[in-house]
Amino acid sequence: MVELTLPKNSRVKDGKVWPKPEGASNLREYKVYRWSPDNGQNPRVDTYYVDMDDCGPMVLDALLWIKNKVDPTLTLRRSCREGICGSCAMNIDGTNTLACTKGMDEVSGAVKVYPLPHMPVVKDLVPDLSVPYAQLSSIEPWLQTVSPEPAKEWKQSHEDRQKLDGLYECILCFCCQTSCPSYWWNGERYLGPAVLLQAYRWLIDSRDEATGERLDNLEDPFRLYRCHTIMNCTQACPKGLNPAKAIAEIKKMMVERRV
Amino acid sequence: MSESTATRPVSPHLGIYRFTPTMAMSIVHRITGIALYFGMVLIAWWLVALATSRSWFETANWLLGSWFGLIVLIGFSWTVYHHMLGGIRHFIWDTGAGLGKQTSTLLSSLTLVGSLLLTAITWLVYFLWF
Repeated sequence: MVELTLPKNSRVKDGKVWPKPEGASNLREYKVYRWSPDNGQNPRVDTYYVDMDDCGPMVLDALLWIKNKVDPTLTLRRSCREGICGSCAMNIDGTNTLACTKGMDEVSGAVKVYPLPHMPVVKDLVPDLSVPYAQLSSIEPWLQTVSPEPAKEWKQSHEDRQKLDGLYECILCFCCQTSCPSYWWNGERYLGPAVLLQAYRWLIDSRDEATGERLDNLEDPFRLYRCHTIMNCTQACPKGLNPAKAIAEIKKMMVERRV
Repeated sequence: MSESTATRPVSPHLGIYRFTPTMAMSIVHRITGIALYFGMVLIAWWLVALATSRSWFETANWLLGSWFGLIVLIGFSWTVYHHMLGGIRHFIWDTGAGLGKQTSTLLSSLTLVGSLLLTAITWLVYFLWF
């Protein structure tokens, strides 16, 4: 359902302005979304000032600087700090990306940080990703075969292996998934760009023998065809992958198997 | 944590997301698509006037020829062009081509530029030759 405005309990209020660090001259303003399940209040946006002479260059560096030096209650997911785990996916400067690979110099003015859009918030910058994970398991993202198992590994030619390039690199950060307006309005029924890219990764794998069943599972007005090529997914992907292209290829496979 | 699941807020979306040319032109494609329904009503109304009587037809023509009518017609022609070019863009995308980050942005921007250009040409021709 298209709901342009936020429900009453989700509307964002003005938050606290935290004091500037003493003696610092090189400051960067941060506006960060805050919500806690403990006090029954609406979400708010807090303002922090980060001492750039004491902090690394990435947005994640600044968020951890805030957490360590100003406000230990600020809550976020992070792990690898090098763009391979996908934990610190959030909305920075109006676009979904990874805080660890987003340089502060790429943002002009105050750095605005929100959780991934249109998701239930667990706390602050931590969204509840149970639905996308359930959707991912629904496409059965593993190799499926009926042929007798070979003595060694399932072999693949170099050409067939190349078809997985641009797909296997997905780290499931769900930046694309939660950038998609179709997913915002129909997230319960539309599988979304990240899950469809994963679906295509198995459809195009020369070793997989469940192509027909996989396509049957996607042949649905919502699961696949809610993609209206808005292209936010491809614009957002912090790994430079192209979910929109993967979805277009699935739609082509649907047509090709019918003719 | 478990008891608070029902009261979890929804994180902000449309209000905080930065518009890109692809996102903006996608929404405009929808809006022009809806506007075309009203354009069809306009054409039907003009044809009904034509079929009714000479005086009805002349009234309709007078209204469409007035400054107000011309603004509506110019707007209508722009929606036709924009939706048509958007349709061609989607047709290209449906073949799997032009979906790269830069190319898709370019195609979307061209939809806007092209539709404005075609509208301008159409009405220049109309005002200069008719």
